[in-house]
Amino acid sequence: MDHLLPGPKTAVSRRPTGLGRFGEYGGRFVPESLVPACAEVEQAFTDAWADPLFRAELRHVLAIYVGRPTPVTPAARLSAELGVNLLLKREDLAHTGSHKINNVLGQALLARRMGKRRLIAETGAGQHGVATATAGALLGMPTTVLMGERDIERQQLNVFRMTMLGAEVIPVTSGTRTLKDACSEALRHWVTSVEDSYYCLGSAMGPHPYPWMVREFQRVIGDEARTQCAADLATGTPDFVVACVGGGSNAAGTFAGFVDTPALLVGVEAAGGAAISAGSPGVLHGFRSKVLQDEHGQIAEAHSIAAGLDYPGVGPEHAYLADLGRASYVCVDDAEVLAATHRLARTEGILCALESAHAVAWVIRAAGDGTIPPDATVLLTLSGRGDKDMATLMELS
Amino acid sequence: MNALETRTRAARDAGRKLLLPYVTGGVTDDWGDLLRAAVDAGADAIEIGFPFSDPTLDGPVIQQSSDQALRRGATTRRILDEIARVAPPVPVIAFSYANLVLRPGADAYCAALADAGVGGLIVPDLPVDEMAPVAAAAQAHALDLALLAAPSTPLRRCADIARRSRGFVYAVSLMGTTGARSRPHESARELVRCLREETDLPVVLGFGIAAPGQAAEAAGYADGIAVGSALMRRLLDGATTAQLGAFLAQLRAALEPAG
Ligand SMILES: Cc1ncc(COP(=O)(O)O)c(C=O)c1O
Repeated sequence: MDHLLPGPKTAVSRRPTGLGRFGEYGGRFVPESLVPACAEVEQAFTDAWADPLFRAELRHVLAIYVGRPTPVTPAARLSAELGVNLLLKREDLAHTGSHKINNVLGQALLARRMGKRRLIAETGAGQHGVATATAGALLGMPTTVLMGERDIERQQLNVFRMTMLGAEVIPVTSGTRTLKDACSEALRHWVTSVEDSYYCLGSAMGPHPYPWMVREFQRVIGDEARTQCAADLATGTPDFVVACVGGGSNAAGTFAGFVDTPALLVGVEAAGGAAISAGSPGVLHGFRSKVLQDEHGQIAEAHSIAAGLDYPGVGPEHAYLADLGRASYVCVDDAEVLAATHRLARTEGILCALESAHAVAWVIRAAGDGTIPPDATVLLTLSGRGDKDMATLMELS
Repeated sequence: MNALETRTRAARDAGRKLLLPYVTGGVTDDWGDLLRAAVDAGADAIEIGFPFSDPTLDGPVIQQSSDQALRRGATTRRILDEIARVAPPVPVIAFSYANLVLRPGADAYCAALADAGVGGLIVPDLPVDEMAPVAAAAQAHALDLALLAAPSTPLRRCADIARRSRGFVYAVSLMGTTGARSRPHESARELVRCLREETDLPVVLGFGIAAPGQAAEAAGYADGIAVGSALMRRLLDGATTAQLGAFLAQLRAALEPAG
């Protein structure tokens, strides 16, 4: 882990330049039909984000509906076993059970402000779909969720939750029938309904302005955690800030709060979906970033036990942070993730999502091999709770 | 002016409506024969689809033909080899996706296309704002990079697209993916009218044109039509090359002025 560089005070986590550029990544690679729609979202978000009333409204909803701020919980017993000071930022306690709701409520309020009447979303694990269905119910907006057939099979509980919340779940049968195909289908769906529909994208990826906007809606995780750490820690900031990376929204939001501190930022990818660790520059779903692909430019299939990390790309800002050396990206395999899930449950009484367990697994490994020095403070974003994964875990045990 | 645009302008100036069939490269063993059949049926140029794993602009039919081609081992190289072997006597236009172009690098990609005798390039997920590096590479290799305009494109943007497109302007007839529709969008006519105010390039209408009646209607206001899903649907359903040629001949006939 000698590539873990100390954090330079680089001007990152700002607004992207030009047409959504984070260095050479980002951009807006969408069919012409969708360019005006993306431009409309960009304009609306720029206005809203500069409007104190919009910000206050979002803050209010996050407080009274989502239950923010979420606590930072010291993982006392696991910390003692590992010899480090591990703190958990508890996004699993947010309403609907993951950080996805932060972004969704921001976008749904934006959609309403834009006069849109329907919401469209893609989903992998179903957490973003559930969050969007929830926002749709809360604001009275009909919601359509595109979900790969294979994910529907392995996340049945979340499919049922979405239906309960009144959303329509459309199975996606093309390609690998997972998140990447759901993303393509959501873009196709949006093209046909752009007049009255708002595309509520679930991670810090996609065409400009989504990577930037989603990070801004998720930065509440990092901003809160920073304040909470400042109040609780003698040092003020943690030594390590760790989050799992699928598309990269919980990590982007977490990192945004610490990018100008000396904390080492670590994003943990699934070994079978490690776009940064194993990918190369490419264009997928409207943006340029690191993607898993073959020599011809065909996108490869990702494989992870965690449906939410089963994506061959990664948000452009992460590719940029990796190139700059401001954040490090590592990966863990399914076996480490399962072990970490069990260990966190037994030591802390927290059943976390398999996605979040990637971050836990890396901390366990890194504390063991000395990458995280003894007594270092680690802030880990626990992005979601594990209820949705119980069927998977039951099958495996 | 490059060869493709010389050709499209000459046809338009002679009062001939352009017929641009689309064929997914590598979709069957004998897809090369379909190129010849298309020429015999009166195609003015042929769009060859380079299959991509994640074709966000394509509807179910082209998704299926692309999947089939990829399963059969289609690659940029193999498709180009077949194009070079068949060497159709009309311009060939590559219908690609941004990642297929950028993976080898825009310059290497355009060089390979030009070497195989390809004359034009369409990259549907490369809007005018992102086109600069590819446009430069295309120009360097005498390829015409044709741009798409959609019913949602604002007027000023239409002007920009019309000015920077080469070969022709591709007017997307409706807000949707590729695929046959019973009736082109009403806004197609309006879009073509806007583009005409901005350019004297031929304007080709595409997306959703599936039947001779629609072709005839489009010929009333556009300079030509592109036909993809309707052809690939028949091919996937098992039509022979002769039958596909006959279908294209019907469209050709429908494009001729009545009487
Ligand atoms: C609990 C949880 N964590 C993490 C992710 C990965 O997404 P992201 O990288 O955008 O945070 C997901 C996605 O579904 C999720 O459900």
